[in-house]
Amino acid sequence: MSTAPVAVQPIPRGMARQVGRRLGDWFPALAVFVLAIALWEGLVRAFDVQQFLLPAPSAIVDTLVEERSLLWSGGVYTFTEAIGGFAIGCVLSILTALALARWRGLGGAVMPFAIAANAVPIIAFAPITDQWFGPLNKTSKMAIAAILVFFPVLVNTLRGLTSVRPSSIELMRSYAAGELTVLRRVRIPSALPYIFSALKVASVLAMIGAVVGEYFVSSQEALGFQIRNAAQLGEFELAWAAIVVASVLGIALYAAVALLERLTMGWHPSARGDI
Amino acid sequence: MSAERAVVSLRGVSKVFEKGGVVALEEIELAIQPGELVSLIGPSGCGKSTLLRVIGDLVQPSAGEARVNGKTAHQARLDRDYGIVFQDAVLYDWRNVGKNISLPLELLGWDRGRRAARVRELLELVELTGFESHHPWQLSGGMQQRVSIARALSFEPPLLLMDEPFGALDEMTRERLNMELLRIWETSGTTIVFVTHSIAEAVFLSTRVAVMSARPGRIAGVVDVDLPQPRTAETREQPRFFELVTAVRDRLRAGEDSAASAEEPSEENLYVAEERL
Amino acid sequence: MSLRVASSRVAGPVAVLLVLGALWESYRWLGERLELRWPFPVNGRTMPHTWDILAQFFEPSRRNGPLLIETLADAALFTAREALAGFLLGAAVGFAIGVVLHHSSVLQRGFLPYIVASQTIPILAIAPMVVVWLGGRGAPGWLSVAVIAAYLTFFPVTINTLRGLGSADPRAIELMRSYAAGGWAILWKLKVPASLPYLFAALRVSATASVVGAIIGELPSSIQDGLGGAIINFNQYYVTSPESLWATNIVAALLGICFFLAVLATERIVVRRAPVHTA
Repeated sequence: MSTAPVAVQPIPRGMARQVGRRLGDWFPALAVFVLAIALWEGLVRAFDVQQFLLPAPSAIVDTLVEERSLLWSGGVYTFTEAIGGFAIGCVLSILTALALARWRGLGGAVMPFAIAANAVPIIAFAPITDQWFGPLNKTSKMAIAAILVFFPVLVNTLRGLTSVRPSSIELMRSYAAGELTVLRRVRIPSALPYIFSALKVASVLAMIGAVVGEYFVSSQEALGFQIRNAAQLGEFELAWAAIVVASVLGIALYAAVALLERLTMGWHPSARGDI
Repeated sequence: MSAERAVVSLRGVSKVFEKGGVVALEEIELAIQPGELVSLIGPSGCGKSTLLRVIGDLVQPSAGEARVNGKTAHQARLDRDYGIVFQDAVLYDWRNVGKNISLPLELLGWDRGRRAARVRELLELVELTGFESHHPWQLSGGMQQRVSIARALSFEPPLLLMDEPFGALDEMTRERLNMELLRIWETSGTTIVFVTHSIAEAVFLSTRVAVMSARPGRIAGVVDVDLPQPRTAETREQPRFFELVTAVRDRLRAGEDSAASAEEPSEENLYVAEERL
Repeated sequence: MSLRVASSRVAGPVAVLLVLGALWESYRWLGERLELRWPFPVNGRTMPHTWDILAQFFEPSRRNGPLLIETLADAALFTAREALAGFLLGAAVGFAIGVVLHHSSVLQRGFLPYIVASQTIPILAIAPMVVVWLGGRGAPGWLSVAVIAAYLTFFPVTINTLRGLGSADPRAIELMRSYAAGGWAILWKLKVPASLPYLFAALRVSATASVVGAIIGELPSSIQDGLGGAIINFNQYYVTSPESLWATNIVAALLGICFFLAVLATERIVVRRAPVHTA
C-alpha cells in the first residue's frame, strides 16, 4: 500500500559522472585564467608597459622562484598573524552572538555599536594596537585581523541563531525542553550554514587585516613590509610577487574553511555548488 | 461521559490576544474520552489551532481551565503527556530519519539500545522501514509527515495533537495517510485531537467532530460520527457518510451566518506574535 | 516619528555608550592599580581618559591652529566626498557586473572566482599603483582615491545583485512571459525590484567599506587634507598627544556611521518598508 520512495533531490551516483560535472563547472574559470595570463603577457610585451604598473607574469613568476625563501618566511609570518586574528575574532564574536541570542534585549542596544565598530576604518586603529602591543609584536596585527573578523561573524551567527521557525520552537516546548537544550539542539545546528558563510568572508578579511596592520610599522620579515619596501625601492616584480603570495594565502585559508564546511555540513542541501 | 477520566477537559476556556484585541476563543467546553479521535473543524479565524495549542500549553488561556490527563495542561506538557504534529513536518535537516524520530527519546534520556529498538518499531508502524539513514530532503512530503507522526508517538504519549498535518499534501496522498492514521490509531490506542479544514477528512477519521465558528471562536456544535469501525475506502461511499458530511456542513454554515462580517487578522499570526520566540 | 518613540530608540544606545565609558574608565583604574601588563600595559598613553579625549576636540590641533574638531570636520568632509564618489562608482559597476553575470552562466562560472579572489588582494598594496597610474593620466588625486574606494565597494554589491536577481519567483517570471514581456522588461519590472532588499543589504556594507577605502586610498597618495592624512599626522605625535589619534578614530567611525544611516534612510524611502535588521 505504501508508495515507492520518491526522492526529492536525486543524488548522482558514479564517480565518472561527478568528475565530468565538476570539470564542466570549472572549465570557464580555467579558460578565463589562461586567457587573462596570456593577454597580460602579450600586452606588456607588445606595448612595453611600464613594468612598475604591471610587470609581465613571466617576470613575476621568475621573482617568485628567485626570492622564494624571503617570500616564504614573510608568508608564514603574516599568515600566523592572520590565523591568530581569525581564531580570536571568531571565538569572541560567536560567544557574543550566543549571549545576544540568549538575552534579546541586549541585541538592540549593542547592534548600533557593532555597526559603529565596523565602520571604523581599521587602518585608523592600527597605530593604536601598535602602541598597545608593540609594533614589532605579532599581536598588534592579530588584533587588527580579529577586529575585522568580529563583525561579519557576529551578524551572521546572530541571524542564524535567531532565524529558527516558530513551529520548531513549539515542538521543543512540547518536549518541555529548556532554553539551553533548544540552543544546543536546534539553534546552533541551524545557525551553522550562516556561521560558515561568515567564516568564509572572515578568512579573507583576516589575511587582509594582517597585511594592512603591517602598513605602519612592522617587523621586516612581514609580508606587508616586504610589499611596501619593494615598491619604495622600485622593485615592482618583487612587490607583485609578494602581493600574489598574500592573495594565495588568503585563498588558501578560504579553501580550508570551505573544506571544513563540506565535511561538517554534508547534510546541507546547499552544500553542492556554492561559493 | 465522565469528566474525571477524560484525557482532555476544557472548561470555560477563553483566549483574547492583546495584539488587536481579538477574541480567539470564547467559553470553550469540551471533554475528550480516552481512545477517541476528535476533529476540530471550522473556518479560518475560528480558533481551532489556538485551541489545540491551549491543550498543549503552548498558549495560555485568558480564562477557564484546560486539564490534560488529569493534570493542568502545563504539568501535562512538563510530563510530556502528548505528542504534536504540525502541518509542516519540522524535521531537522542535520539529522537523518532515525535520529529525527529519536530526538524526544534523547531528551528523555533513553539509552542508545532502547532508542534504536523503538525507532525500528516506529518505522514499521508508519511503513518506512529501510529509510532510517535517509535525510529529510530526500523524502516526499507524505513521507516526511509519516516521520513526524512516528516522532510524535515515539515516547507513547496518551494524547496526540495534530494541526492540519495533511493540509500541504495532495488529495490522493491525503486519503492514503488518513487510512494510515486510522491504522496507527487502532494499533496504538492513542487519543487524538485533529485540526482540519476538510469536512470529508473530519468525518472519515473521527469518532466526533467539533464544529467551530469564528469571531468569536466558539464550539458551534458536536456531531457524533456513528460510522462503523474499522473504516475503509468504502466507508466514503456510504450514504450515512454523506449525511454526516452534510450535517457538519450545515453546522458550519449556521456558525458562519451568525459571525460578524468584518475581516480579522488570522489567528496564526497572532499567537506567534504573542509568544516571544 | 513621535518624540517619545525617537527618544526611546536613542535611550538604549546612549545607555550602552555610558556603560562602555564606565567600563573603559574602570578598566583603566583597575589596570593602573594592579599594574596590568597583559593583554597590554595600562597607562595614560595606551588608555587616555574618555574625558581627555573629548576635551581634546576643543584644543588647537597644532600650535596656533584651528581647533581639533574643526580640523577633523574638514578632513572628514574631504574624505566623505571621495568616499561618496567611490560608493556611487562601485555600486554602479557592481550592479552592472551582477546583471551581466546573472544573464550568462558561462560568464559567471568564468569570472566569479576571480571576482571573489580579487578581494583577497590587500588593497593597501595595490593603492600606490592605482594612484600613480591614474595620476600619470592626469586624473586628480581624489579620483584615484574614489577608484580605490570603489574597489572595496563593488564586491558586496555584485554578489548580492546576483543573488537578488535570482530570487525572483519563477511563477512571476512565467506570468511576465505570458504577457510576451521581453528580457529587458522582465529585468527592470520584476527582477530588479525583487533584488532591492538584497541590494540594500549590500549597500549597507558598502557604505562603510567606501569610507575605509577612501582613507586607505589617501595614504599612498600623500593627500594631507583627508582623514588618512590626519591619522598619519596624529600617529606621529601619538606620544605627546595620544588623545588626538583617538579623537580621529571617533570622527572616522562617525563618518562611517553617517554613510550607513544615509543608506538606511534611502532604503526606507525607496523600498517603502523598514530594512530588515539582524538580532
